[in-house]
Amino acid sequence: MSEKEHIDAKGYWAATVRLTLSLLAIWFAVSYAAGILFRDFLDQFAIGGAPLGFWFAQQGSIYVFVALIFYYCWAMARLERKFGVEG
Amino acid sequence: MDWTLFFVATTFALYIGIAIWARAGSTDDFYVAGHDVHPTVNGMATAADWMSAASFLSMAGLIAFLGYGGSVYLMGWTGGYVLLAVLLAPFLREFGKFTVPDFVGDRYYSTFARVIAVVCALFVSFTYIAGQMKGVGVAFSGFLGVPFELGIIIGMVIVFFYAVLGGMKGVTYTQVAQYCVLIFAYTVPAIFMSMIITGNPIPQLGFIGNAAGEDISMLQKLNTVVTDLGFQEYTQTNKSMFDVFAITGALMFGTAGLPHVIIRFFTVPSAKAARFSAGWALVFIAILYTTAPAVGAFARMNFIDTVNDATYITDEQNYEQTAAAIEADGGKPVPTWYKTWERTGLLEFEDKNGDGIMQYRGPNSPDGIENEVNPNRDIFVLANPQIAQLPAWVIGLVVAGGLAAALSTAAGLLMVISSAVSHDLCRRTLFKDMDDKTELRVARGAAAGAVVAAGLLGIYSSQLGFVAQVVAFAFGLAAASLFPIIFLGIFWKRMNKEGAIVAMLFGLVSTFAYIVYFKFGGGTPDQYLFGVSPEGIGFVFMWVSGALGIVTALVTDAPPQDVQDLVEDIRVPGTRQPHGMADAGMAPAPAE
Repeated sequence: MSEKEHIDAKGYWAATVRLTLSLLAIWFAVSYAAGILFRDFLDQFAIGGAPLGFWFAQQGSIYVFVALIFYYCWAMARLERKFGVEG
Repeated sequence: MDWTLFFVATTFALYIGIAIWARAGSTDDFYVAGHDVHPTVNGMATAADWMSAASFLSMAGLIAFLGYGGSVYLMGWTGGYVLLAVLLAPFLREFGKFTVPDFVGDRYYSTFARVIAVVCALFVSFTYIAGQMKGVGVAFSGFLGVPFELGIIIGMVIVFFYAVLGGMKGVTYTQVAQYCVLIFAYTVPAIFMSMIITGNPIPQLGFIGNAAGEDISMLQKLNTVVTDLGFQEYTQTNKSMFDVFAITGALMFGTAGLPHVIIRFFTVPSAKAARFSAGWALVFIAILYTTAPAVGAFARMNFIDTVNDATYITDEQNYEQTAAAIEADGGKPVPTWYKTWERTGLLEFEDKNGDGIMQYRGPNSPDGIENEVNPNRDIFVLANPQIAQLPAWVIGLVVAGGLAAALSTAAGLLMVISSAVSHDLCRRTLFKDMDDKTELRVARGAAAGAVVAAGLLGIYSSQLGFVAQVVAFAFGLAAASLFPIIFLGIFWKRMNKEGAIVAMLFGLVSTFAYIVYFKFGGGTPDQYLFGVSPEGIGFVFMWVSGALGIVTALVTDAPPQDVQDLVEDIRVPGTRQPHGMADAGMAPAPAE
C-alpha cells in the first residue's frame, strides 16, 4: 500500500468517473439519440446528399466513437499527471 | 483461378513463417504474449480478431438489402469499443491476469462463479468459431475447387500451426498480417466501385455525394430506384424503433463482453496502453466499417442497374453473340459477372412469367410482376472486383482477404477456448498445484483439441442455420451474462459472489431460452417481449440481470476486505498489490 499513500485515490477515481459519464453521454447522443430516437427529426437536414439521422447511424457515430476514445486517452493522461498516478 | 491460388498460398506461407518466428516459451507468452505488445500493434491485431468472415463477406451485402436497418451492425459493432475503452479494458489490464473467467473467479472469490464464466466463454466462442470454419470451407470450395471438408481441414492445419505453437504471441503477429491483407482486399474494390457509381474515389465521400454525372444525390437516387421496384426506401426500415434500439444495444454491450476481444487487452503493458489500444483498434475497424455502408449502397444501385430488366442468356447460348444481338435490339444483356457467379449458387433467376427478362421486384411490386431474381447477400463483396472490371488478381486478393478475416477470428476464439480449459478449469480449479511447464503443455493440448472440435463443428453444422442465427447467441449471451458482472465488479465494490452468480445464471438461462424458443422452437414475432426480436433480447435481459445481481448483493454479505482492496487497486494504475490466498502466487508484478 506504500505507493497509494501519497496518491489521492478517491479524488482520482471520482474524476475518472465524471469523465467517463460525460463521454458516455456523447456516446449515447451520437448513436442511440441521433441515429435512432431522433433520426426522423434529423433527417430533414442533410450532410452532403445524405439525410443527417441516417448519416449518423451509418457513418457519423463511428467517427465520433474514434474521437471519444482518443480524447479519453488524452484526458486520462492529464488526470494521471495531476494526481501523480503512473498510467 | 491461378491468382487466387497464388494469393492464398503466399498469405498462408506468411502466417506459418510468423508462427515459427513467434513461438511461445512460457504461459505468459502463450496466454498474453508476454504482456508487451505495442498498443498500435495490438489495435491492429484486435481489429483482425474482431472482424470475422461475417464482417468481411456478409455485412456490406446485408446493409445493401436492409438499408437503414443495417445501421444496427455499424453502430453496434463499433460503439462497443467505446464501452471497452472507458469501462473495462484499462481496469482488466490493471487486474493483470490471463482470462475473463480469471477475473470473475478472483473478483468474486468463487470457483463456482469461475466455472459459470468458463461455460459462458466456451459457449460464446464455440458458436462463433463454427461460422468461421464454415467460411473457410466455403472459400476453398468456391474458389479453389477443393471439397468443402478438405478446405476446413486445410484451415485447421494453418490455425493449428500458429495457435498451438505460438499461442497468443503467434496469434497476435499473424493477426497483424491478416489485418493488412483483409483491409487491402476490402478497400481496393470499394474505391473502384465508388469511382463508377459516384465519380469520387473515396467511398465515404461518394456515399454522401451525387450519383456520377447527375444532379441528384446518390442516396436519393437509390431511394427512388428501390421504391419504384416495390422495395422500402433505402434510408428507412420496417423494424420498430425500440427493436432497432435493443439490437444495437445487444451488439454494443455484447461486443464489450466478448471474451476473445477482452483478452486482447491483456497483452499490452499497462492500463494506459490498453486505452490507446482500444482507440487504435477502432481506427482500424472504422476503416472497414465506414466503407461497408458505401459498398452496400453502391452494390445495390449497381445490381439494379445491370441486372433488373436484363435479358437472360442461358448456358447453352453463346454469350458474346447473344449479348451482341440483344444490344442490337436495344435490350440489355445479363452482365458477364452475373453469369460467372451464377455457377456458385449465390444468384438465382427463376423466369416466373416466361418472358426471358430478369425482373427484380420488391414485396410491393407496383406493376404486379413477381420478383424473379434472388441474390445471396455474400455475392456483393465477392463480385465487386468483377463488377468494377478490375483485373483477375483482385479477385484472388478478396478470397485471401476473406480467409484472413475468418482465420484471424478463429485463432482469437481458440485462445479463449484453450485458456479457459487449461488455465481456469485445470490450473485454477481442478489441479491447483500444476506447474507452469505442465500448464503450457496442457494449454497447447487444449488449443489442439479446440482446433479439431471447431473444424468438426464447421463441417457438421452445415445442417444448422448459418452464422446469422448463432451470432444472436454469442452477442446476447455476452451482453446479458458477462458484461454486467465485469462492469459491476470494477465500478461497484459492494458487488459480491452471490450477486454475480445470480446475474450470470439469469443472463445465461433467459437469453438462451428466448433465442432457442424464437429461432428453433416455433415462436412467432407477435409473441416478442416488448416487440424485441431475439437479436436484441440480450440488451433487455442485461438490465434485468444487472438489477437482480445488485438486489441479491444488497441482501447478502459484503465481499471480503481483500477483494474490496483489489477493486480499489485496479481503479488506480500502478497500485496493484497481491490480495488474499488466491492472488498470492498469481498476482502480476506491478507495471514498471
